[in-house]
Amino acid sequence: MGAPVDRIKFPTQDTQSMKKNVIIIGAGHAGIQAAASLREEGFGGSICIFSEDADFPYQKPPLSKGYLDGSQQKPSLMFRSEAWYEKNQVELRLGEVVHSVDTENQTLEADSGNYVFDTLIFATGAYNRTLPIPVTGQDEPLYLRSMKDADKLKQALDQAAVQDVLVIGGGFIGLEIAAYASKSGKQVTVVEYQPRLMQRVLPPLLSEHFAAKHQEYGVKLLTGTGVQSLHQEERWTATLSNGDTLEADKIVVGIGVLPGQALAQKAGIRCSNGIEVNEFCETSVKNIYAIGDCALHPNPFAKGQMVRLESVQNAVDQAKVIAASICGKPTAYHQVPWFWTHQYNLKLQMAGLSEGYDELIVRGDVAGEKFSVFYFHEHQLIAVDSINKPADHLQARKWIQAAHSPDRVKLADDTIKLREC
Amino acid sequence: MPQITYIDSDGNKHEVELPLGATIMEGAVQNDIKGIIAECGGSCMCATCHCYISDEFLDKLPEMEEEEDEMLEGAVAPRTERSRLGCQVRINAALDGLIVEIPQEQ
Ligand SMILES: Cc1cc2nc3c(=O)[nH]c(=O)nc-3n(C[C@H](O)[C@H](O)[C@H](O)COP(=O)(O)OP(=O)(O)OC[C@H]3O[C@@H](n4cnc5c(N)ncnc54)[C@H](O)[C@@H]3O)c2cc1C
Ligand code: FES
Repeated sequence: MGAPVDRIKFPTQDTQSMKKNVIIIGAGHAGIQAAASLREEGFGGSICIFSEDADFPYQKPPLSKGYLDGSQQKPSLMFRSEAWYEKNQVELRLGEVVHSVDTENQTLEADSGNYVFDTLIFATGAYNRTLPIPVTGQDEPLYLRSMKDADKLKQALDQAAVQDVLVIGGGFIGLEIAAYASKSGKQVTVVEYQPRLMQRVLPPLLSEHFAAKHQEYGVKLLTGTGVQSLHQEERWTATLSNGDTLEADKIVVGIGVLPGQALAQKAGIRCSNGIEVNEFCETSVKNIYAIGDCALHPNPFAKGQMVRLESVQNAVDQAKVIAASICGKPTAYHQVPWFWTHQYNLKLQMAGLSEGYDELIVRGDVAGEKFSVFYFHEHQLIAVDSINKPADHLQARKWIQAAHSPDRVKLADDTIKLREC
Repeated sequence: MPQITYIDSDGNKHEVELPLGATIMEGAVQNDIKGIIAECGGSCMCATCHCYISDEFLDKLPEMEEEEDEMLEGAVAPRTERSRLGCQVRINAALDGLIVEIPQEQ
């Protein structure tokens, strides 16, 4: 248990690694999975999780999907039941912020006092980048990261009086929100600075496919356009980089996230675009790990380059890596990245990282909205994006994980089964 | 509330009551049943909520959508005619007494 220093003395010497105490900062996918995996690995020490977020630990992906559209309710977002935490002796300190970490003495300071740790895990995630432009008015633009944000967003978008919604940012989250708002009858405009939607991760073919779908639902897309200022009187007025102005009842912002690294940085742990870790998710300081959205790590599926991934897969698999490590079975992080997004009837599933591809093969029925795009680099399969083709996605994950590349000629032939390529 | 029996991946039996409308996956997670991973949180995106349904209830289940059918093809444990994705099956009154078996691997 994360007991205050003056109450319980922890062994100063490494007795058995399985009896040490672990403190986890952050109760997102990474933090909760770390606790679960530690117990599964037989870790017998205490586990305490600090979470700034006061809500009972929940999954974030549905916040812009099922939770927003009402098909998923709060209880179904919870990672685990209360009984689970009790049974597994995982102490949750919800709504409690960690303010500083002393790496020398292995202590930290939280709202309720000081705590010692043998092992510390940063699972501090990421937080929203805010608009770097002048914003005036009595309301704030809406952002989405936490359940509280989602409740506020839903309440705002579900008002009948709200007609025009301006979404700033044409990335996954902005577009999932745009899809919900337009399906519920709002007039939606998406402003995206880049020339096309989801440019950072998708090839033109897929950006265009999604753009066409949004337009079919009446969404106005302004790509290659920035917002220069926002001003609210009765309604909001946005001044755009092309000089035009736009009126809206609500402003929603999804312009990316920044890694939650301030605490680590202050503690002298090496950070750049994230908390730097090696393939075992160890930071520059002994007994301190970083996992999930906050961790800048070498990824074998990005040719060993240092990357930061914002996905459930990455959070969960890195948590498993450190749990094994803490329990004396170090294994390097080597899991194929995957991700998904759901907009209208389009379910996009991504396996691998497509950046740097030099060849692309499309397979399936593009017009019928059931197809996959296979990306190669020097004849090696590096990534597959599938639209409404879950079986392709699962096959792709297996192939990329095993560094297997299908026959490219067969692949281009739809009459040959994928498994036989 | 319908009563559901889970047989977890270690072969242990758990009898639980689930509210109408909950999914088999949610019931497993909320009751800490070993073997259901549900990595994607119920979006039919991961196939780690694969389970086997007792024979006598197969025809009382909601129809399988094409998407679930395709995901099951990629499940780790062998697919049988009793296979379903736990996140795609909602509990209704007709499913009282259902037995759900969880494979050893997801
Ligand atoms: C709306 C939305 C939709 C998404 N959709 C998808 C999707 O479809 N597929 C997918 O793979 N991923 C999706 N993601 C991304 C995915 O949710 C994240 O990658 C995942 O949550 C990362 O988990 P994490 O534990 O690293 O970080 P987080 O979930 O961000 O958790 C970090 C936690 O640490 C806490 N914390 C930070 N600093 C402190 C401190 N000093 N003291 C105490 N607590 C602290 C924060 O409050 C936070 O709760 C989505 C994210 C959002 C927001
Ligand atoms: S929970 Fe992922 S497919 Fe069911």
